Amino acid sequence: MKREVPLFITFFVGTLLIASVFIPPAESWGENFSVYFDIIAVFAFFLGGGNLLRIHLQKVASKRPDWGYSIVTLVAFLVMLAAGLFKLGNPGGISGNLTTAQSWFQILFQNIMSPLGSTMYALLAFFVASASYRAFRAKNRDATILLVAAFIILLGRTPFGTMLTSWIPPQYDLLQVPNLAIWIMSGPNLAGQRAIMIGIGLGIVSMSLRILLGIERTYLGDDR
Amino acid sequence: MKRSTYIVMAVMALLFAVSWYFKAATYHGNVMSPLVAGFMITLAAFLTLAIISFVYQDNPFYKFAEHLFVGISAAFWMCQSFWSTIVGNLIPRISTGLSKYFGQPYRDEPWNFVYWLPVILGILLLLRLSSKIGWVSRWALAFIVGTTAGLSFIRYLRSDFMEQISSTMVPLLAAGNSGESLLSNITLSATGPFVAMLTNWVIFLGVICGIVYFFFSKEHTGLFGRASRVGIWILMITFGAAFGYTVMGRITLLVGRLTFLYKDWLGLIS
Repeated sequence: MKREVPLFITFFVGTLLIASVFIPPAESWGENFSVYFDIIAVFAFFLGGGNLLRIHLQKVASKRPDWGYSIVTLVAFLVMLAAGLFKLGNPGGISGNLTTAQSWFQILFQNIMSPLGSTMYALLAFFVASASYRAFRAKNRDATILLVAAFIILLGRTPFGTMLTSWIPPQYDLLQVPNLAIWIMSGPNLAGQRAIMIGIGLGIVSMSLRILLGIERTYLGDDR
Repeated sequence: MKRSTYIVMAVMALLFAVSWYFKAATYHGNVMSPLVAGFMITLAAFLTLAIISFVYQDNPFYKFAEHLFVGISAAFWMCQSFWSTIVGNLIPRISTGLSKYFGQPYRDEPWNFVYWLPVILGILLLLRLSSKIGWVSRWALAFIVGTTAGLSFIRYLRSDFMEQISSTMVPLLAAGNSGESLLSNITLSATGPFVAMLTNWVIFLGVICGIVYFFFSKEHTGLFGRASRVGIWILMITFGAAFGYTVMGRITLLVGRLTFLYKDWLGLIS
């Protein structure tokens, strides 16, 4: 029951979806199963929320180091949940639009979550600068190629790049930095992306087969 | 906590109060009350600064902002998925009463009872929190894994394998736009036929060499090794381009945050 049933479910559902592609009346099954998948994923979100509550409540109860920050997480989680799930502070009530401009949910999103999220990503600019220093040391031929490509792409998207090479005549305008950047994106970069995508595609197809045939079972965890 | 920590916190609280007062006094919008608007803009600015403070080193302000973000974003995605999927897609198919309560039109379709299957599997998934019958959640997990494997098998075979190979089969000998011989018009014009042909050659050979590099069942020596070497160069250009774009993206986000601080918060930019 613990291993055989899940293996059978995986095999049955996966094979059914692959077979449905070849049977015209069953072509919509893929879309239907995607909806079922989304519904289960919502329960997974709730499972994640429950787990978050459990872990932080345990941390607060046992007063582990930095337990005060767990209170911040718990309060933020519960306030946002109340504003979103029960639509507290929503002018339209329970049937109102979740993202109405004056709702608490939207105000919290715009003034807390959005600034925090974008600043988190913006923070990476500082670390990218440090990574650039290491990457941009042309220690060998491969690193030099990476450096030159990144430099042309960066320069090609700035007015300075345009200004620098605008004197090049039209019959050689590929050598103008903005055009060269476009060419790198549509030529060598596309080729590299394609080679990677073909590799990924083959990898996913073989992994799917391994899962469907029960060769790959790590998703089942241990037998406890 | 040290005495200096209390002093820093008191100064920050004072700065927050001053900023709140000035932002509320200068607010001209009508979306929310000036008091709330002033508080929210100040809060957004202080949270932005709290995250940026990590550049110096890990500190209590950063930790506060980080934990706040975890709590808020976990609840945000839960609410979004609940309203878009459960209320938008599930309830209108399984319950007339709940559809009415949530203001959704009931969709009376013949196969609606099938939608109870994901509900049951979802409940089984929640049993993972129980230590005794947590193993039942594997059934729901198996459904998710099976669906992903089945859908990915066809999708990736089509889009990432066949489509990409098909798109790589490009004409390698192109004539000029007006039908003249290519050799009579060799220029490095970005829109000219020679560059178009060169691009096609680069794509064709680049994809083959890139794939050769990823083929590890044969030793990379001789002609195969040279092709693999070219594959590495192509991949290096790809990584360089991706790196360049990542740098630009992050800098753009940073500029966005700095614009918020200088324009919306401090009002130094008109």
